[in-house]
Amino acid sequence: MTSAQIEIQLIASLVAIACALPGTFLVLRKMAMISDAISHSILPGIVLGFFITQDLNSPLLIVLAALTGVVTVMLVEFIQRTKLVKEDTAIGLVFPALFSIGVIMIAKNANDVHLDIDAVLLGELAFAPFDRLVAGGTDLGPKSLWVIGSILLISVSLLLLFFKELKLSTFDKGLAATLGFSPVILHYGLKTVSSVTIVGAFDAVGAVLVVALIIAPAASAYLLTDDLRKMLILSCCFGVFAAISGYWMANLLDASIAGSMSTMLGLLFLLVYLFAPNRGVISVLVRQRRQQLEVALLVFLLHLQNHEEPEERHVKHLQEHINWQKVQSERVLNLATNNNLIKITNGVIDLTGKGRQFTAEALNYITINKETAIEDLKEQFFLFRG
Amino acid sequence: MQLSDFFTDYTLRTITLGTAILGAICGMLGSFAVLRKQSLLGDAISHAALPGIALAFIITGVKDRNLILIGALISGLVGAFWIKGIVKHTRLKSDTALGLILSLFFGFGMLLLTFIQKMPNANQAGLDKYLFGQAATLVEQDVWVMAVVTGVSLFVLLLFWKELKLLLFDADYTKTLGFNTQFLDILITSFIVIAIVLGLQTVGVVLMSAMLLAPAAAARQWTNNLAKMVALASMFGALSGVVGTGISASQSNLSTGPVIVLVAASFVMFSFVFAPNRGLLARAIRFRRNRKDLNLKKTLTFMHHIVRNHENISHPHSIRILNNFHGFTLKTLSVLEQRQFIRIEGDQWSMTEEGFTEATSIYDQLGQTDD
Amino acid sequence: MAPASTSNAIQVDDLTVAYDFKPVLWDIDLVIPEGVLMAIVGPNGAGKSTLIKSILGIIKPIAGSVKVFGRPYSEQVSKVAYVPQKGSVDWDFPTTALDVVMMGTYGSLGWIRRPGQKEKKRSLEALEKVGMLAFKNRQISQLSGGQQQRIFLARALVQDALIYLMDEPFQGVDATTERAIINILKELRKSGKTLIVVHHDLQTVPEYFDWVTFLNVKSIASGPVKDIFNDDNLTKTYGINYKVAVNK
Repeated sequence: MTSAQIEIQLIASLVAIACALPGTFLVLRKMAMISDAISHSILPGIVLGFFITQDLNSPLLIVLAALTGVVTVMLVEFIQRTKLVKEDTAIGLVFPALFSIGVIMIAKNANDVHLDIDAVLLGELAFAPFDRLVAGGTDLGPKSLWVIGSILLISVSLLLLFFKELKLSTFDKGLAATLGFSPVILHYGLKTVSSVTIVGAFDAVGAVLVVALIIAPAASAYLLTDDLRKMLILSCCFGVFAAISGYWMANLLDASIAGSMSTMLGLLFLLVYLFAPNRGVISVLVRQRRQQLEVALLVFLLHLQNHEEPEERHVKHLQEHINWQKVQSERVLNLATNNNLIKITNGVIDLTGKGRQFTAEALNYITINKETAIEDLKEQFFLFRG
Repeated sequence: MQLSDFFTDYTLRTITLGTAILGAICGMLGSFAVLRKQSLLGDAISHAALPGIALAFIITGVKDRNLILIGALISGLVGAFWIKGIVKHTRLKSDTALGLILSLFFGFGMLLLTFIQKMPNANQAGLDKYLFGQAATLVEQDVWVMAVVTGVSLFVLLLFWKELKLLLFDADYTKTLGFNTQFLDILITSFIVIAIVLGLQTVGVVLMSAMLLAPAAAARQWTNNLAKMVALASMFGALSGVVGTGISASQSNLSTGPVIVLVAASFVMFSFVFAPNRGLLARAIRFRRNRKDLNLKKTLTFMHHIVRNHENISHPHSIRILNNFHGFTLKTLSVLEQRQFIRIEGDQWSMTEEGFTEATSIYDQLGQTDD
Repeated sequence: MAPASTSNAIQVDDLTVAYDFKPVLWDIDLVIPEGVLMAIVGPNGAGKSTLIKSILGIIKPIAGSVKVFGRPYSEQVSKVAYVPQKGSVDWDFPTTALDVVMMGTYGSLGWIRRPGQKEKKRSLEALEKVGMLAFKNRQISQLSGGQQQRIFLARALVQDALIYLMDEPFQGVDATTERAIINILKELRKSGKTLIVVHHDLQTVPEYFDWVTFLNVKSIASGPVKDIFNDDNLTKTYGINYKVAVNK
């Protein structure tokens, strides 16, 4: 590995971590699309800053662009308050307009500005090692490493400082307000940090893909854990993994690094989406199937308990009256018999003693609306699950 | 370029016609997207179309417009359904699902595009036009495709107008009347996806969603009638398309997408401010008038309070006793006199019969809202 | 199990509904005779709206069946009118009061056919009946809550059904509208229609209704108000502190 390669991977990893941190909170607060709006609408700010400073890594440019991001957020919120259009329409209107202004500014000054549309969409990670910070004759490393490093440092310290407040306001806005943490300050603070991060990452990965780095690691982590701390750590790990594996894939295919990074994130998300324990699609579908059968079983047992008359308790009744298909009724009957909850004599079904006890207790939980307790009850009574 | 070129230059005429039709279909179907609260779904679908464009080229090895459209359509639909799957089967909310699909598909598409650029295949040039769109690449055949699709969707829209309107307003009720809402849902969603895919060549994947939203959002401000809104949105869309294309064609180095979007955005801005009734300006004027009216009413009811204890309601009172009352100015007094609710003689005022009835009815209204 | 008789407007058998496998209604058996004005009462989360929606086929039950005049709902669509909760639609939708009422005629028109003069006349008559004729061209967002509710009622009246299902028609309406609505409901009952109303205000039950169903996930009791609207059933439905619910 050459030193340039190491530097690129280092920058990519730092960008990924810097994005994953605010991303976790944006995903949890259902504000993920705001990152899309910010990342597009900072473009005129960046171009304007570039006209002034001629340097994509200048702090002035970053401040200017981040300000554009915050202004966008306020503009969106202003339009939402006028109620002239629905909330999501407001987002959808503002950012394409601002992004268009940026694109036109670049196109109209293509000869004077060394910024091109590809850089806007993809970033220029491959060139990052060549723009170096030199102080007093000594080479201090790539400029963008310093930029993203400082941004990361700031957001990590803010995170450590306000972890408790952020956690509280994310999960319980009302409580946070009563405890004296202003949700408004945290709301705009988070958006400002997101803006600054997006500007810092823009140079490396471009306008659209920064959204992938913000949302995908956090979304994948959210399918694996409930614990905020673990979720933050996992998102950072996912981000770094995508950064490094993406770099090597780009190397292999001779394609865009940013594109490869988000493709790796996409694959990662697909894996988690399908196979995550408990929350992945496969495990959800399996559980749903089981729940469906077990709910049906409960319905059936309750029905038996409610009705004394034999015709209501006849096997045939299941299909005719409770309106179940043949397969469904057979599965329910099997499950009930296997668990010794019922016995069938001449086609008439009776609850066993155990079945009666189970039904009575389940009914008790249902009327006081505590479905979770039923799960424990099932553990206690069932030999076989659905 | 001159204006007269539009009518003489064959290529220019084709392009203008193409963007006009595109704008019209986007405005028409965009109205439904906006009213269904699916504004950002369009954004996700258009970004998700990019890998389809690239894959269509990689698989077939030729740059055939229609194949590319089909590729875009398939990957756009895959994206749309995956979003639905994520929202349905996991704990992730719709905003996260939209952002995920949008950025991940686009990233994958960009990977493929940069990969294609390195391929030793001469005719690959021009796929990146799909990012921001280039109206100049429209040919007569494209315009025909657009015209046919627009015609079909207009026909279907008119055919199922009643049912679609019902679905947009009250989906549950639609079901209880015996209509198949799933069919209607698939119908309208597919047409929205088709409109997006049609626009990719002209407006590009990055900005296509704005083309769908902006004309509809502007049109909504001018009318409270769905049919008029759809018609107006088509008009705004067509106009944005034509004007935007004209501007971008007259300049070098300018993609059509951003220009069209900015033209459409200025329609929106204008409508937000100047639309009668809903517009911000009209609203501000109404607000001021209401406040004045309120002051008037307050003063009149205050007078009513004083007067109703007297047997003769027209008994004169000194103006001075009004001074300690909050909403009172000399101006309100003269307006009240103009409306013949009171009479003023010197520094005395007295209430008229009309004034008393008016005040009583205001009082009743206030009483009712207090319930 | 009661025999499927046509004199019953609605018959619900062994109905169980669950959202995400969280049970909302458990094994409900309910018979609603024709010609009653019935209230469905129960605490929040008791499944009142869910029961109405399952009768209408909006929600698919996991078990059980619903019969309308002895047949499945899908065959009896034209005999049933529905007044949803006011909050369930977007009132900023670009349409007028008359337009919304006309929607009530769409069901009888079927696919594709458009409403004509006849439908318009019926809609105007319905608007007049609810006292909203003067507002026919008003954009729906410019109506007060009570007026919006009247529009919804007019839309159901236009359907000219035999059974009316209403989800909290008195929620957020002014006293005048409440009186106007209940008068129309009583008039409908007199002409032999069946009315089923999700209701919150226990105090007005004896005054407004002649039939009542107590619901709390399970069906607790159903019958004439004068027979079953008593402390015993109220306690079973709302728990020991039902008086708090009454006074609220």
